[in-house]
Amino acid sequence: MKFAPHTDDDVDQMLEAIGLSSVDQLFDRIPDTVRLDRALELPEGVSEMEIQADMEALAARNRSTDDLVCFAGAGAYDHYVPAVVWPLAGRSEFYTSYTPYQPELSQGVLQALFEYQSMICELTGLEVSNASLYDGATALAEAVNLARSAGSRGRVLVSAAVDPRYVDTLRTYGRGAGYQPEVFDVVDGRGGEPEVTDDVACVIVQHPNAYGLLEPARELFGAAHAGGARAIQVFDPLSLGVLAPPGDLRADIAVAEGQVLGNHVNLGGPYLGVIATRLDDVRRLPGRIVGETLDVDGRVGYVLTLQAREQHIRREKATSNICTNQTLMAIAATVYLGWLGPQGLEELGRQCASKAAYAAERLSEVPGVEPLFGDAPFFKEFPVRLPRPADEVRDALIERGYLAGVPLPDADGHALLVAVTERRSREEIDGLAMTLKEVLA
Amino acid sequence: MTEESPATEPVPARVGAPVRVGGPPDGQGTLKDLSRSGRRAFSLPELDVPEAPVPADQARRDAPGLPEVAERDLVTHYTRLSQRNYGVDTGFYPLGSCSMKYNPKIAERVAQLPGFLLGHPHQPDHTLQGSLELLWRLERALCEITGMARATLQPPAGACGELTGLLIMRAHHEREGRQRRRVAIPDSSHGTNPASVRLAGYEALKIPSDARGLVDVSALEKLIDEDVAGLMLTNPNTLGMFEEEIERITEAVHRIGGLVYYDGANLNAILGRCRPGDMGFDIVHINTHKTFATPHGGGGPGAGPVGVTQRLVPFLPVPRIERDEDGSFRLDSEAPDSIGRMHGFLGNFGVLVRAYAYVFLHGRDGLKEVADRAVLNANYLAERVKEAFPLAHPDGRPMHEFVATARPLKEETGIRAMDVAKRVIDLGYHPSTVYFPLVVEEALMVEPTETETKESLDAFAEALLQAFREAYEDPDLLHEAPVTTPVRRLDEARAARHLTLRW
Repeated sequence: MKFAPHTDDDVDQMLEAIGLSSVDQLFDRIPDTVRLDRALELPEGVSEMEIQADMEALAARNRSTDDLVCFAGAGAYDHYVPAVVWPLAGRSEFYTSYTPYQPELSQGVLQALFEYQSMICELTGLEVSNASLYDGATALAEAVNLARSAGSRGRVLVSAAVDPRYVDTLRTYGRGAGYQPEVFDVVDGRGGEPEVTDDVACVIVQHPNAYGLLEPARELFGAAHAGGARAIQVFDPLSLGVLAPPGDLRADIAVAEGQVLGNHVNLGGPYLGVIATRLDDVRRLPGRIVGETLDVDGRVGYVLTLQAREQHIRREKATSNICTNQTLMAIAATVYLGWLGPQGLEELGRQCASKAAYAAERLSEVPGVEPLFGDAPFFKEFPVRLPRPADEVRDALIERGYLAGVPLPDADGHALLVAVTERRSREEIDGLAMTLKEVLA
Repeated sequence: MTEESPATEPVPARVGAPVRVGGPPDGQGTLKDLSRSGRRAFSLPELDVPEAPVPADQARRDAPGLPEVAERDLVTHYTRLSQRNYGVDTGFYPLGSCSMKYNPKIAERVAQLPGFLLGHPHQPDHTLQGSLELLWRLERALCEITGMARATLQPPAGACGELTGLLIMRAHHEREGRQRRRVAIPDSSHGTNPASVRLAGYEALKIPSDARGLVDVSALEKLIDEDVAGLMLTNPNTLGMFEEEIERITEAVHRIGGLVYYDGANLNAILGRCRPGDMGFDIVHINTHKTFATPHGGGGPGAGPVGVTQRLVPFLPVPRIERDEDGSFRLDSEAPDSIGRMHGFLGNFGVLVRAYAYVFLHGRDGLKEVADRAVLNANYLAERVKEAFPLAHPDGRPMHEFVATARPLKEETGIRAMDVAKRVIDLGYHPSTVYFPLVVEEALMVEPTETETKESLDAFAEALLQAFREAYEDPDLLHEAPVTTPVRRLDEARAARHLTLRW
């Protein structure tokens, strides 16, 4: 299957116009010594029907949240994706366009991103958002770079209850940026006492945290501020209908995995890196930012703005190297948040919290199963201690149609993190508890 | 069919006929302007378990100011916004360095298969054999195409691939016990190169171009020393020309113990003709949207796989996809020398699914033809417009794109490259890239891609030539342009001065 439209006549005419006699001559500046003197060792091209069959066969070898009742979370959640989201975000005028360098031809993407930024500000209670980063983990790395760029402070303190994949990502990015995250302990899965000395740039807390537990965020952020550091919160956008937003908790920078905003779990990507901060830090923000302005006739329009922060203008002095971001996911998030509205966001949070509480109660009734951290409050996800290794139990439940959760290294591998979204019915939760009981019996 | 089809007469400029490419000129407010208290789009089942509110001291006090709209409002609003946007599906999109080729619909369809789209990243490996095999096969194909030993598919975009590659470079030197501070980059490079260099903890060392628009190899040889960790280079370079002395370049860098990084921005020009690995490159990133037609989404998502030679394999990010002797696939994080993790999960999997479809649809001959036709189209279009807009380096042979200049036009008429670009919008096209690369004055960087017909190229050439003539005959047409778009030229200075970044 090929998409180049040239007929043999086209090729001949075009070569003639250029003054060449063969296509090979177009490549005559490539030295003989580096030319590939054989065909690529790849299969012959195939038809559309054949590639579809090949890929359907691959897809059929996967289990997925389509055929497993999903209680897995830990950074990727099986929330409902409303029918309206992708027919709009997936309109090809959006998805086949490039970064909006020509604003007159890109008002659709630019305005949608302006609305996205607005909604993120409304959600978080912070003053500015950018137009997206790659995902939650890399958004945290960018937030740390932002905090460290604000002065001479360089140390990075991170709670032991922040998602370990995020901390690993910081370790990688820190190799170049010149820091390594320092993990402070938590007590019974939350809290802790960061020692915020005058060389600490930022304190990172996830709330709800990597165990799903609610943190004493105000106290932790207060400790950060008392030591003169920035407070960074990793948050769950869908918790903010019921939980106090980062701005109220006095976080200076808030980052999130935006997958939950209308994006499918998609084996981990493409997701959406959300970042919001205070206006004082707007010139330190990474990535694209859309601003409102006027055209020569006085009409309202939108452009990429504050581009002097960015790599294509500032080169090595840019706030980040990011160029391509996750715009399409941000557009999906915008449609999704428009669908939810304030009541929908609150109702969704209420349902997640209530169903998770119900699930925790039912699972605790299973002999040998107990909460990992007593009665610590949580939002939509909670850890339980199992009488057997969690990965074995998880695999046994997959055989019975349940993706029961994500095994944790805690409790010698006997801990399972269980997430409950609005999609899970009482019947499914009861089914999980009953099946777990059978598996453990 | 008994009639012969018309032979040589070019078809009139239908493709580029003046249309309102940006949607109707009447503006519309934001979604917030449609909000009415009590209106709603969402529906959820009744809560079927006892209500369990979050603790009062953790609760939100004031509801967020999200719009309250009906689903019908949403559909109309975002449909209209989409109509105010120009994509590859709308028409010719010769944005140089961005490779805006046609995005096959079959790739979209297979990416929606539930087995791919609905896979949870925390599922155990034995439930994901199809997806892991897809990624493994794609990695093997990318290694064959680039001449590398292994690759990571994790970086979610090209710039992240650059950082990944530079951190691998850093890890390599650290293991050799070398302290090096600088990375060389040509003066024509894309801005992400120096930005990535700094994020990797290095300083950028600028290498000049010579009169031909190629790396000044003598200058390179003088400038680099044992403080230089490596060189980042695109080939074809940012001016669209092949670095003819590539072997001398890579040898010079290797001689001082440096590594050579291939920025894959222009890999689409050489598919099946030559490979970075055979030119002496040690690290390669690929922009899947440029080379393998994954749609760019109005700014993203992308994917930026990174391939390396055998000696650098230990440093690749984790997790990696391995095939066991029994033919099963697994994710492996046991790699003590790895630089670590570059993304929360496996990268932009959904984008990689599309790239897989593209690679294996085309196969070995099809990929070579992609490069052949892309280069043919660029050379043809350059030939058609060069009288008006001369090539920045007329003695060079453009590959998949060419950099022309409006400098003579500006000197004679005062009309700038930006004015030409805006006039081209009124003639029905997305314009080329302008003012990049920075080393060319009044640059027009044109990349037609392989998926455009000759008729489309002819029509676009006519539009550029028309704009050129109008610059002399009726320059106000260019000064005023665009006039067919929903908004006209926007005041960017005002946007930066009076920051309005939200409603």
